[in-house]
Amino acid sequence: MSDIGSNILKDGNSLEVKTGDWKNRRPIHLVDKCKHCMMCVPYCPEDCIIQKDNIMLGFDLDYCKGCGVCAKVCPFNAIEMKTEE
Amino acid sequence: MTYSLKDMVNKKSRFVSGHRMCAGCGAPPIVRTVLKTLKEDDNAVITSATGCLEVSSCIYPNTSWKNVSFIHSAFENAGATISGVAEAYKALKRRGKTLKNTKFIAFGGDGGTLDIGFQALSGAMERGHDITYVCYDNGGYMNTGTQRSSSTPHFADTTTTPAGSKIPGKSQMRKDLTEIMVKHNIPYVAQTAAIGNQKDLFDKAEKAIYTEGPTYMSVLSPCPRGWGYPTDDLLPITKLAVDTCFWPLYEVENGIYKVTYKPAKKLPVEEFLKVQKRFKHLFKQENRWMIDQLQAEVDKKWNYLLKQEEFTNSLDK
Amino acid sequence: MSIQRNRNENRGIKKGDENIMAIRERLSGNEAVATAMKQINPDTMAAYPITPATEIPQYFANFVANGSVTTEFIPVESEHSAMSACIGASAAGARVMTATSSQGLALMFEMLYIASGLRLPIVLVNVNRALSAPINIHNDHSDSMGARDCGFIQLYCENNQEAYDNTIMAVKIAEKAKLPVMVCYDGFITSHSIENIMLMENDEVRKFVGEYNPTEFLLDDTRNISMGPLSLQGYYFEQRKEVADAMINSKEIIMEVSEEFYKITGRKYELYEKYMLDDAEIAITVLNSTAGIVKDAVDILRSKGIKAGMLKPRCFRPLPYTELSNEFKNLKALAIMDKADSINAYSGPLFSEITSAMYTCNINVPTTNYIYGLGGRDVKMENIFEVFSDLEDISKTGKVTKVTNYLGLRGDQDDI
Repeated sequence: MSDIGSNILKDGNSLEVKTGDWKNRRPIHLVDKCKHCMMCVPYCPEDCIIQKDNIMLGFDLDYCKGCGVCAKVCPFNAIEMKTEE
Repeated sequence: MTYSLKDMVNKKSRFVSGHRMCAGCGAPPIVRTVLKTLKEDDNAVITSATGCLEVSSCIYPNTSWKNVSFIHSAFENAGATISGVAEAYKALKRRGKTLKNTKFIAFGGDGGTLDIGFQALSGAMERGHDITYVCYDNGGYMNTGTQRSSSTPHFADTTTTPAGSKIPGKSQMRKDLTEIMVKHNIPYVAQTAAIGNQKDLFDKAEKAIYTEGPTYMSVLSPCPRGWGYPTDDLLPITKLAVDTCFWPLYEVENGIYKVTYKPAKKLPVEEFLKVQKRFKHLFKQENRWMIDQLQAEVDKKWNYLLKQEEFTNSLDK
Repeated sequence: MSIQRNRNENRGIKKGDENIMAIRERLSGNEAVATAMKQINPDTMAAYPITPATEIPQYFANFVANGSVTTEFIPVESEHSAMSACIGASAAGARVMTATSSQGLALMFEMLYIASGLRLPIVLVNVNRALSAPINIHNDHSDSMGARDCGFIQLYCENNQEAYDNTIMAVKIAEKAKLPVMVCYDGFITSHSIENIMLMENDEVRKFVGEYNPTEFLLDDTRNISMGPLSLQGYYFEQRKEVADAMINSKEIIMEVSEEFYKITGRKYELYEKYMLDDAEIAITVLNSTAGIVKDAVDILRSKGIKAGMLKPRCFRPLPYTELSNEFKNLKALAIMDKADSINAYSGPLFSEITSAMYTCNINVPTTNYIYGLGGRDVKMENIFEVFSDLEDISKTGKVTKVTNYLGLRGDQDDI
């Protein structure tokens, strides 16, 4: 990979590590209630809330650890946490 | 530039998914927002003291640091390490080896900043390097399982200051590093947290990074495991810390104080304490005096800050 | 009694080499090293004062203040921070040098391992001084010996000339080997004594060390990297083996760089220096300045017909264990002198390493250890003659009666 010891030459490659299998709850996006205010986005510790052009599209469950922070942040109760089966 | 959340979320991410911080950890959102203040074309070199952030963000062969270069050397020397990088930059720039505009940011937990890292931080700030130091303060040595640090709140239960029958939690008051940094006569010092649309955190981080010279920020970083609250409650608990004035949000620019958030309704500190397991023992009847004492300490500090704001703004410029 | 001064055969400018440019100066060891650093003009230097190394950052600060170097000098607040800042700067892509001694070296202990673990070519000048407690500011080798496993290349110097030359060579060796280098010489004895010395011209030094061009560094405009990760059980071992391999490979590099240096200056440096060793029957192995009196003693003994000799290691890390051992194979008795004690209820560090090497190479020569000079205790000619006298006895009986001896204690008491 690198020619020197423990150096990591590919920045941001932790995207290879899918932490999504940590979760025992998953966030559900209630689209009707969502006002696309973007409040949830910067609070997600995993940076896995997907938005494009300020439209909230959902969650990248490959990384979501099910912490529930987004649900509590949302001023419009547009996110619900559901227990994984 | 006026802050816009909608713009902020579209900026490139420099701290990506796949890190191994706990679910609901307060640190990753802080790091991400701080780094988002970097101009898109600017480069940065980040160092982190050993601790939760470092061991979870850079585990060989993966790194969550993107569009920035990162170095971890040891626990107590983030201040010294970043000093070396910043000076090397001057040399390399002069030699034409690097052309990019690069910023130098050190992250450290309260352990690696207030305790073991204190000397290196103080030295770095005193020498005047063009660097920014950000302390993500979760009030304890969390990486090793919640031991007390000098930043642990008074009376808190930790594994080295357990709430025992003889000694009920940490006997010492919190060390106030933000004030110590003010006394280093550096151009910018701030205490902040991620609340609301994160404008306070973003604006202060931007100012810290883009002010020339050594700058320092203390950011409240709630820890669900160490503090004992459900992972969901990152924002509510931060809000309580700020609304009770347990964690005042303020900045000191060239010695002039500005309290950037004054709660419309100042809540009793009890509201912040009662939602955390580490303060559960304070609610026993025989320990209520601790809550009163904490309230007095919080009020004293709050009044001091308001007075400092008044006083420093009244001085002849 | 005439003393044959044929020891400088391999040193200095030979007659007829007028085309080799050189400046003759009178400098102390520290001044010589500071001069070398000035000529090298590293990108960054982070240093903290400690006797007897203090003069180096002092001289250097003067150079910086007067603009004779363009180095970014960082007056750090402790030695631990000195090595930390050096690591930050070197990782960033800068050429970095520093200096310390004794407690300072000990304070930066964890950072030494980190410097080598990160494969950073930092040059550290260590002015050998005793370690506390009790506190003592004078010369012995306990500091650098205490750091012998940290992954730094270690070069030992007998005098000012060697200190100057090795400092210059160290830069090139470090950058080729991708390992930090520690240049060691005796505190006060070498650091503060003024000797005649041949300096290189400024542009000669600059040409010799060239420009530092790292391949993986933080300030690389073409890519972003991460250094110093957490490496778990599945990766750490190989990464550490790589450091071990780098140390093994550094021996070739040291020889190449020394050969290159010889072509420019006419001063020859090898892995160790032999003095009258080839046909010797009894010999002493010793580091640094004490080699000077040992050579004098050898001259005197030789004039009496005694086949005495000396070996002075220059390169202790890497340990050239096969070459060293083979140099001893024809001896009847060998004494290894240690200016440091290992407190292992056995022997000093040089003794345990060299005898182990000899055993590995099947060189079975009766060998004995002399711990001497701790805390700057003066080493006298009589002490050296004592050692050679013991060696004569051993060479007759073929037996070592006492493995470890303490040389020069007060009241002539030997160890317990």
